[in-house]
Amino acid sequence: MKQGFSTYHYWRKSKSAFTTFLCFLSALIAIVPLFLIFFYSLSQGIGALNLDFFIKMPKPVGESGGGMANAIVGTAILIGLGTIFGLPISLFTGIYLAEHKHSAFASVVRFLTDVLSGIPSIVVGVVAYIIVVLPMKHFSALAGGVALGILMIPTATRTTEEMLLLVPQSIREAGLALGIARWKVTLRVILPTALRGITTGILLALARAAGETAPLLFTALGNRFWSTEIGQPIASLSVFIYDYAKAPFSDWNRQAWAAAFVLIFFITILNVIFRFVTRGRYAGNGH
Amino acid sequence: MKSLTIALLLLVLSLVIGDAAFAQMKLNGAGATFPYVIYSKWFDVYSKKSGVEFNYQSIGSGGGIKQVTEGTVDFGASDGPMSDAQLQEAKGKQGTDVLHIPTVMGADVVAYNLPAAGKDLRLTPDVLAGIFLGQITNWNDSKIAAINPGKNLPDESIIVAHRSDGSGTTYIFTDYLNKVSKTWAANVGKGTSVNWPAGLGGKGNEGVAGIVKQSDGAIGYVELAYAVKNDLPYALVQNKEGAFVQATFESVSAAAAGASKNMPEDLRVSITDPGGKDSYPISGFTWLLIYQNMKDKSKAQEIVKFLKWAMADGQSYTKDLYYAPLPEPVVKLCLKKIDTISTN
Amino acid sequence: MAETSSSIALPVGHQPSGGAEKAPPPAVLAEGKKGKSVNLGDLIFQGSTTFFAFLVFALVFLMAYEMFHGSTLSIEKFGWSFLWREIWDPVQDEYGALVFIFGTLVSSVLALLLALPLSIGVAVFLSELAPRWLEKPVSFLIELLAAIPSIVYGLWGIFVLVPWLRTSVEPILSKNLKFLPLFRGAPYGFGMLAAGIILAIMVLPIITSISRDVLKAIPTAQREAALALGATRWETTRIVLSDARSGMLGATLLGLGRAIGETMAVTMVIGNRPEISASLLAPGYTMASVIANEFTEATSDMYISSLIEIALILFAMTVLLNAAARLIVWGVTKKFKNE
Repeated sequence: MKQGFSTYHYWRKSKSAFTTFLCFLSALIAIVPLFLIFFYSLSQGIGALNLDFFIKMPKPVGESGGGMANAIVGTAILIGLGTIFGLPISLFTGIYLAEHKHSAFASVVRFLTDVLSGIPSIVVGVVAYIIVVLPMKHFSALAGGVALGILMIPTATRTTEEMLLLVPQSIREAGLALGIARWKVTLRVILPTALRGITTGILLALARAAGETAPLLFTALGNRFWSTEIGQPIASLSVFIYDYAKAPFSDWNRQAWAAAFVLIFFITILNVIFRFVTRGRYAGNGH
Repeated sequence: MKSLTIALLLLVLSLVIGDAAFAQMKLNGAGATFPYVIYSKWFDVYSKKSGVEFNYQSIGSGGGIKQVTEGTVDFGASDGPMSDAQLQEAKGKQGTDVLHIPTVMGADVVAYNLPAAGKDLRLTPDVLAGIFLGQITNWNDSKIAAINPGKNLPDESIIVAHRSDGSGTTYIFTDYLNKVSKTWAANVGKGTSVNWPAGLGGKGNEGVAGIVKQSDGAIGYVELAYAVKNDLPYALVQNKEGAFVQATFESVSAAAAGASKNMPEDLRVSITDPGGKDSYPISGFTWLLIYQNMKDKSKAQEIVKFLKWAMADGQSYTKDLYYAPLPEPVVKLCLKKIDTISTN
Repeated sequence: MAETSSSIALPVGHQPSGGAEKAPPPAVLAEGKKGKSVNLGDLIFQGSTTFFAFLVFALVFLMAYEMFHGSTLSIEKFGWSFLWREIWDPVQDEYGALVFIFGTLVSSVLALLLALPLSIGVAVFLSELAPRWLEKPVSFLIELLAAIPSIVYGLWGIFVLVPWLRTSVEPILSKNLKFLPLFRGAPYGFGMLAAGIILAIMVLPIITSISRDVLKAIPTAQREAALALGATRWETTRIVLSDARSGMLGATLLGLGRAIGETMAVTMVIGNRPEISASLLAPGYTMASVIANEFTEATSDMYISSLIEIALILFAMTVLLNAAARLIVWGVTKKFKNE
C-alpha cells in the first residue's frame, strides 16, 4: 500500500495556508492607512512647508500666505506647561509604584493610572475649564497646560515605573550593601540608570500631548497674534489644523497639511528614538 | 539629553519673561464668524497702526454671548442680538450692562454647489423654506424648476448644510424664514441654535462654506464674504416686493434704509424681509458686545479708541471685503452710545 | 514607612568597611520593627512618593466630583430620563442624551466590527507567523498608527475619506442596497460610515498590540504540544487563540473605550446632526462631538449643565470599560506568567 496523505490532510493543510495568507493580508491592509496618511500629508504639506510657515504670523482671513510661527511656539509652551504639571506627579508616582510593587495601595494606584489613560481628552478639557478657566475668568495657556499635564500623567507614570523595574535588583542591593540610605539609592543610583529610558518615555508623552486638540478648544482657546504669556489664550498647531481644515480657503487647507506633517514628523522621530533607546533594555524580557 | 532639555526650558522661560517685559496692551474677544473676515482685517491693520493687539477668536455668536456673560473675554461679538433675558443674566454676573455696538452690515447668502445649474439660481421664500425644512429633497423638483425656467437642474439629492454651533448667521437666516414661512415658524422658529429638520452641521461660517464647497449638490447659508472668497455661486432671493435680488453692498444698504431711520435706543434691530424693491431680504447688522463699565479702565479706553476708528476709517474696508458700511444716521447713534462707555 | 522589599537590614551604627572614617552613619530616628533602621531622608522620600501617588488617586475622584457638581442643574431637572430623552433643543432649553449615546455606540460598534477581524489577523501574524526580522518593523509601524494625533486623522478624513465615500462608495451602496434600511439616504460622504471607518483605523493598533502581547504570553508549550500531535499551523493557532480569548476580550474592550472617547476625527466627519437614523449613510452626532462643538457657546446654565452631564456619562462609560478591560487583561497575563 502506498504511504500517502489523505484528502482530508490536504484540506487541513490548505486551510492553514489560506488562513496564514489572510493574516498576512490583514497586516498589509492594516498598514495601508498609515502610509496613505503619511504620504498624503507629505505631498500636500510639502508645498506649504517653506520658511514662511515657520517664521511668519497668520494673515487676515482670506488672504493667502503667512505662517504658523505663533502656533509652533504656542504648542511648545503648552507642552512645556504640561510637563511642569504632569512630570513631578508622574515621576514620583512611578517611583512609588516601582518601589512598592506588591502593596495593595500601589495596585490601586496602578489601576487608577490605567483608568486615567482611558479618559477621553475632551472630558479632561471640560474639567480643566471648570477648575482653571472659570475661577480665572480667562482662557489661558495655563488652563491648556493643566489639561495636557493631566493627559500626560498616565503614560509618563507607566514608563517611569517600567524603566525603573528594568534596572536589575543587584544594583539596588549593591547600593544598600554600601550603607547608602534607601532613598539615596533610589534617587542617586537607580534613577540615573533608568534615566535615558524615562526621558525618552516622557518625550513620547510630550509628543502625544502636542497633538491634542479637543482639550485646548476651551482652555487655551487660540490666538492670531504672537503671545507667550501663560495667562492669555495661546495659539497651537493642533487647533490651527482644526480651524484651517474645515475652512473653505484652499491656502488655509494647505497650511493645515503642512502643520499636520510637522506634527507627524515630530512624533515619528520621537517614537523611533524611544524604540532605539529602549531596545537593548528589553533584552530578555520576551518582547 | 540633559543639556538639551535645560536649553529648551531656558528658551521657553526667556520667551515668557521677554513677552511679559515688553507687554503691549492685549485684549481678548470672541464671537461671531459672520464678520470674522473684516474683523481680522481690522485688528491686523489696527495693531500695526496703534500697537494694541485685539485677539479675536471666531467661535460663533453663541460663544461670544456666552463668554461675555461669563466675563472670560474683554469684548464679544454677535449677529444675533442678546435677548432681554440674556442681558439680565450678563448684568447679574458682570455687574454692568452690555452694549450692542453695530459695526458693519452683511448678508446671509444661499450658496450652492451645482455646476450644471451655473450662476444666478433663483429662490423664493417658499422654496427656500421647503429646502431647509427637508420637504424639497432633489434639485430637479418642479418647485425649483418653476422659478428657474431654462436652467439645467440635474437629478441630484440636495445636501443641506447648516451651522452646528450657536450662530448669529443662523439667527439672521432663521429670523428671515420665520417671517416668510408659517410652516417654518410653527416647526422650527428662530434663534442662534435651532432644531434643524434636515442637513449636515458645520462649525462656523467656514465649516458651512467648506461643506458646500466640497459636496456636490450642497446648499447652505453663509455670509457673503465667505461665498465670494471661495468662488461659491449664490442664489438670488425674492424679496417682499417680488423682485429677485442679488446680495451686494447696495442691496444690503437698501435693506437697512428703513430701519436706520427708526433705530431703537439699544441699537438691537432686525432688518430681514424689509420693504423696498432693491433690498436684499436676508441682511443683518452685526454687533460688538461691549461692557459699559469695565473694571480695567485702560482697556476700556483702548476699546473706545478702537470703536471710534471702526466707525470712521474702519468703514472704508467694508466694500472690498463684501460687507456694507453702516448708514450715516446709525454711525451717529453709535458714537453717542460709545460715549456712554465709562473710561475713568 | 519601614516596609521594604529588600531583605538587607542595616544594623545600627554600621560603619563602611575600609577602616578610614568615611561619612557618618545615617541619622537614626528610631528602631523600626524587626530591628530595621529608619532615617529622616527615607521618611521624607517615602512620604513624597506616597503623596504623589495619592494625588493620582485623588485626581480621578476630583474629576468625577467636578463633573457631578457642574451638572447638578440638569440632573435635578431631568433625572435618569436624561439618558433616554431624544430631544436636544437649545431654544426651548430641553435636553436629552439619547441621540449622542446612540451615535457614540453605533460608530464605535461599527468601528469594532471593521477593526476586530483585521486586528486578530495582524496579532496572529505578529505573534505566530512572522519571522523576527519582519515582526519588529511591522509592530513598530502599527504603533506609529496609534501615535498619529486624532486631528490629523480628521484632516485626512475630510479631504480623502469623505470625498471618496461620497463619490465612489456611497452612491453604489445606496443604489444597489436600497432595500436595506442600513444604506438608505443621500450620499453625503459625511456620516456614520465615515466615522466608523476612521475609528476602525484608530482602534486597530490598540487591539492589535494588546492581543499580540496576550498571545505571546501564552507559553510555547501549548503550541509545541499541538504541533507534536500533528496539528497544522492554523489548528495550533486556533488552540492558542481560544486560550487567549479573555485577553482578547480585554483588548477589544480597551479599543471600544478608545473609540467612544475619540473626539476630533469623529467631529470632522460625522456630519453633526443630532438625529437617530437607521442608515449608515446618515449623519449623526456623538457625545464627544457635541461637547467639542457646543461647549464654548452654551448660553444658558441648563445648556452647559447638560453638556457637562454628557461629559460625565462619557467619563463613566470609559472608566467602566477600562476598568473591566484592565482587570481581564491583567488576569490573563498573570495567569500565564505564573504557570
